[in-house]
Amino acid sequence: MNAIASTHITRPVTLVEAINLALAHEMQADETVVVLGEDVALNGGVFRATVDLRKQFGLKRVMDTPLAETLIAGMAVGMSVQGLKPVAEIQFMGFIYATMEQVISHAARMRNRTRGRLHCPLVLRAPFGGGIHAPEHHSESTEALFAHIPGIRVVIPSSPARAYGLLLASIRNPDPVIFLEPKRIYRAANQTVENAGQALPLDTCFTLQEGQHITLVSWGAMIQETLEAAQQLAEEGIECEVIDVATISPLDRETIICSVAKTGHCVIVHEAARECGVGAEIAATLAEHALTDLRAPVKRVTGYDTIMPYFKQESLYLPTTEKIIKAVKETLDYD
Amino acid sequence: MQSTIQCNYAFNIPGIRYLLPDNSAQSPLPETISDELLIRAYQHMRLIRIFDQKAIALQRTGQLGTYPSCQGHEGVNTAIGLAMHPDDVFVPYYRDQATLNLRGVKLSEILRYWGGDERGSNYKNCPQDLPNCVPIATQFCHAAGIASAQKIKGNKQATVVTGGDGSTSKGDFLEALNLAGAWHLPLVLVVINNQWAISTPRKAQCNATTLAQKAIGAGIPGVVVDGDDFTAVYDQVHKALQRAYLGKGPTLIEAITYRLGDHTTADDATRYRAREEVENAWKTESVTRLLNYLKIRELWSEEREQQWRVTCKETVDVEVKDYLNTPPDKPTAMFEHLYETLPRAYLAQYEELAVSTREDL
Ligand SMILES: Cc1ncc(C[n+]2csc(CCOP(=O)(O)OP(=O)(O)O)c2C)c(N)n1
Repeated sequence: MNAIASTHITRPVTLVEAINLALAHEMQADETVVVLGEDVALNGGVFRATVDLRKQFGLKRVMDTPLAETLIAGMAVGMSVQGLKPVAEIQFMGFIYATMEQVISHAARMRNRTRGRLHCPLVLRAPFGGGIHAPEHHSESTEALFAHIPGIRVVIPSSPARAYGLLLASIRNPDPVIFLEPKRIYRAANQTVENAGQALPLDTCFTLQEGQHITLVSWGAMIQETLEAAQQLAEEGIECEVIDVATISPLDRETIICSVAKTGHCVIVHEAARECGVGAEIAATLAEHALTDLRAPVKRVTGYDTIMPYFKQESLYLPTTEKIIKAVKETLDYD
Repeated sequence: MQSTIQCNYAFNIPGIRYLLPDNSAQSPLPETISDELLIRAYQHMRLIRIFDQKAIALQRTGQLGTYPSCQGHEGVNTAIGLAMHPDDVFVPYYRDQATLNLRGVKLSEILRYWGGDERGSNYKNCPQDLPNCVPIATQFCHAAGIASAQKIKGNKQATVVTGGDGSTSKGDFLEALNLAGAWHLPLVLVVINNQWAISTPRKAQCNATTLAQKAIGAGIPGVVVDGDDFTAVYDQVHKALQRAYLGKGPTLIEAITYRLGDHTTADDATRYRAREEVENAWKTESVTRLLNYLKIRELWSEEREQQWRVTCKETVDVEVKDYLNTPPDKPTAMFEHLYETLPRAYLAQYEELAVSTREDL
């Protein structure tokens, strides 16, 4: 029996350990859940997200695949229409593009095109984002590519507890989920996670702290800098409401609009490039639904519209706490 | 009534080597191999081995980013580099340090790349060669395109592309191979089969006995060579290039070798690989094999060996110093090399970056 899942222990874990706990829990609870990908079985994944799962659940449920991303995504589609719940790992999001045809043309529309006869409850997990001095193609933040696709969900956790709860929810969700893991904070902090199989809701933002002066909207690893900025601003008497979007698609517009109705100001923070990023969608939403509540233009603090630089200069690209603070002050100074 | 169709297809994938692991040679060596070539090859292989060890040390001391060791690949890659003509185009993957350096890429440039600096790919001496390819197998498609262009232009050059055993599982590889056959492209595809794709062994990658036999389906020649035998790889790449120059089309070469180190400095191969297997591989690896052969032939001595190692260390030290002393790139370079002319829409961001890093506009 699986020692981790059978006892509902509560202990401090990192984000990547929380992923592992959630996978183990769900594999224990539901025998249709299978894990597949490159190096996930024997090696436990290059970031160790799937470590020990092979030992606990055997080779039939934890599968090392050949090096072929299209195949991994295509197999996940095939497995899911057969009633399995595949959780496929793409080693880095930089290599996810080969799966896009499978995701967009098959997984996302299986339910629609068969009018509900078939559907694809699968999870495609991938580490993403910069800040860990990784080689070329390993640091991009291209979540907006998937956010544009109808029929799927794009979920991004920002802490161990949310990683645990959101991954459980994603596996249990009856539709395909792209689950993107901010690898910069894989091991950044420990947080107590109760391993009791409690999922968190999808399609909803999480308000991490309330404040009346300005709304800060972010997700993934940038939540760290956003919270840090909010804390520094609090020392100057500026109270920020911090929203973790968590499911970037479909977007919980209501939480953001209601918050801005209260604060009248909004700064959006993401590390992806600005143009056509998810921040643009949020800003457009506010223009449509909160224009009269806004007392200043919505500001975005984002990566530049450049190719993510190699790591010698990645810190120039990534938004910083200072940049967030500056944007907040400019926004508040507007009125 | 049932009728039968006669199918008489059979295939044979030759396996080639001359220098045997026991330090003897299956004589004679191919006529493309001269004594001078052997000495030059050995010197380069030793240089790259020493460079590689230094690169790993730099990573361990925080002076380099994640680095993929090429220990075990020296023989194959030196053979490719020496067999190629400067005007040919090389399309590498990320473990081809020995070839890149022979193409004219400085060791300091290789370090710059793995040190997180785009300038490491600005190959001045081989401006037609492609930079490292990190996404697996996509480079085979680029190579097919380059070879097509060479053919269309009617020049006599060829393209050489490399990839690992893992890369042969991807559609990209098969699609490029297929096209290369159909279009008779001047392309040499070298699969460097080092037995592992991170933790996935060659056997789990594909059930075919050889990877070279994938050539059969594309209607092109496929051959297996001992990748730890410099002479076999050199001779086969040379022959494949001659075929390409003469318009006879592509060749697939599978070079069987072993990845002696971890996958990269971020990997720990002891998690999935038996120590014994690695120890055995060290007994037949290419650098020592060629050294032993040269000594037996009295083309090389212990004294020259000591001298050469000193020379290699000095060369590597100079390159490392060059790398470590490289002034940082301009922060705004990320915008300056994005488009030929920076679109107006991005000017504000460009200026913001320039101002925040106090650069002269
Ligand atoms: C498309 C893609 N998927 C996954 C990766 C992550 N990755 C980097 S190297 C590697 C193994 C490659 O093995 P192989 O082709 O045999 O070459 P080797 O590293 O052994 O020389 C993997 C899975 C990648 N770089 N590109």
